[in-house]
Amino acid sequence: MNANSASRKLLSLICIIGGIAMLVVSLIMDFSGSGVPYRGALLVCGIIALILGLYLFPTLKYHRRIIYIIFLFPLLFTFAVTVIIPLCLGIFYSFTDWTGIQYTQFVGFGNYISMFQDPQFIWSILITFIFVVINMILVNLIAFLLALLCTNGIKGDGFFRAAYFLPNLIGGIVLGYIWQFVFNNVLINLTKTSFLVQTRTAMVAIIVVYIWQYAGYIMLLYITGLTQVPKDVLEAAQIDGANATQTLFQVKIPMIASTFTICTFLTLTSAFKQFDVNLALTGGTGSVANFMGKYLTSGTQMLALNIYNTAVSKNNYALGQAKAVLFFIILACVSLIQVRISNSKEVEL
Amino acid sequence: MVGKERRTRSIILTIVGILIAIYILFPFYLVVMNSFKVQADIVASPISVQGASFKQFATNLSAVVNNSNFNFWRALLSSVVITIISLVLLALFGAMAGWVISRNNKTKWATAIYMIFIASMIIPFQVVMLPLVSTFRDAGNFVGVPMLSTIPGIIFAYCGFGGAMTVFILTGFIKGVPYDLEEAAAIDGCTPEGTFFKIIFPLLTPVITTVTILNGMWIWNDYLLPSMLLGLNGKYKTLPVAVQSFVGSYVKQWDLILTAALLAIIPMIVIFLIGQKQIMNGMVEGAVKG
Repeated sequence: MNANSASRKLLSLICIIGGIAMLVVSLIMDFSGSGVPYRGALLVCGIIALILGLYLFPTLKYHRRIIYIIFLFPLLFTFAVTVIIPLCLGIFYSFTDWTGIQYTQFVGFGNYISMFQDPQFIWSILITFIFVVINMILVNLIAFLLALLCTNGIKGDGFFRAAYFLPNLIGGIVLGYIWQFVFNNVLINLTKTSFLVQTRTAMVAIIVVYIWQYAGYIMLLYITGLTQVPKDVLEAAQIDGANATQTLFQVKIPMIASTFTICTFLTLTSAFKQFDVNLALTGGTGSVANFMGKYLTSGTQMLALNIYNTAVSKNNYALGQAKAVLFFIILACVSLIQVRISNSKEVEL
Repeated sequence: MVGKERRTRSIILTIVGILIAIYILFPFYLVVMNSFKVQADIVASPISVQGASFKQFATNLSAVVNNSNFNFWRALLSSVVITIISLVLLALFGAMAGWVISRNNKTKWATAIYMIFIASMIIPFQVVMLPLVSTFRDAGNFVGVPMLSTIPGIIFAYCGFGGAMTVFILTGFIKGVPYDLEEAAAIDGCTPEGTFFKIIFPLLTPVITTVTILNGMWIWNDYLLPSMLLGLNGKYKTLPVAVQSFVGSYVKQWDLILTAALLAIIPMIVIFLIGQKQIMNGMVEGAVKG
């Protein structure tokens, strides 16, 4: 036991010292600008050796604390590097003339002012809001009706559930192209001109595809809610002489108010962030003859796609980043308001 | 009388259900059917079986699979590797972090970490994607670990982005695991890490299944993150990126595009057919808890 702990102590010290040494050497190489290719590997090895050394460190008093730190480290580190640091940098860059690689000066609110002078961007905000509202209502309504259909003693409901859910498994890019084919080559036999040609009908097309993709998933949530309504409550309603409609509106719907909250929240945020289907189905194209005195060529370009195109396609990173920050603020406000309204409604019921 | 009425109603509902199912599944039928045809037959009659043959399917298939923009096997392999490693790491790291947070939930630092994770779930990817690329590029150049256009880099990013939701769901579950179990193990001389891996981790199987399904659906179908970090014409492509890059180079070549779409769909459908119930339950539980 004693020899074991002594050797463990030795190993731990070797690991800690070796790890620190490797870290220091690799960091010196980083800062001195040497291009030695193995300095990255050295850094990673140093971190691993250091963690191993700390883990083996023979202390009873601090062992639990060390374990806690080691357990939290991987997720906190990746989270900080991929979310927190870029978020802070992003907010900072939105006030500069950032090019995606570097920035030379502050422009204050310049980016924020110039994006509101662009009719195309205002249009994107507008159609995104319309899209979100229409979808929130339609997806929830359709999904709820589908859920009623699937819980009403229909034969083979397992098959129907799986079939309705199926589109949700497939990513928006692939779905978008499949539906582009449907609209341009199949439905065109009925509609003469493709739905995707005109801005107005193209927006309808995006909504149709979005509902097709998302309603099955929301339906599953409603089914879960409906089946969790206690049997004795339904029996009591039946004894009191409530018919099916009364039971639905006065017992079932109030009982699953929390499901409505979850579903509206999910459809709201996901519709707001809609990108893949938008990109693959219309690519944002579509003409608008006159909006704020300007002719627009990207009539179906919603906010997320607008941000992407501004930065990546038009290479205006600072402006794109400013739009993204605004997008974040809108999303945060809308979700907070939505949660607050739903919570107060639930209490009333 | 009542029984008869009920039966008629049930039949009508079933017919409605079937009609909706046909509407929902129809695009899938079109994809399958038209991957068996040449372009001319697709344009002439996209719905009928006319012109469909296995020979043509083989031709389309080989044209798509060997296409330099699509490179199906390579893209499939990248997608599988990225998804599986990210899922394993997320489940492991998420459970570790969730355990630490839930066992210290009365301390300020654990509450702060938890709150930051929850608050970050509202952050849309768009607001971090541009600085993320520059951070990855600069950090990679600085320390000599290439982060952009590499598989470890994108797995790292998925661990960072998936972490918040994973920790949130897992912490909620671990709080319900009785603390007595751990105390008993500690009295028996079990170390904290031993307690976690031998006692707590095995108990987490149901919730880890849920988390893995949610993260898996997201990572497998994700387009924006890989397109930013791996690039549309980079060395590695995930399946959605490969589809996008392929369609970009073959505008309106529907025979090839639909075959590519079919190939991209098949893996997910196969997995769904195997684990239908788990996937549907997982999606529901994840939403209810999230």
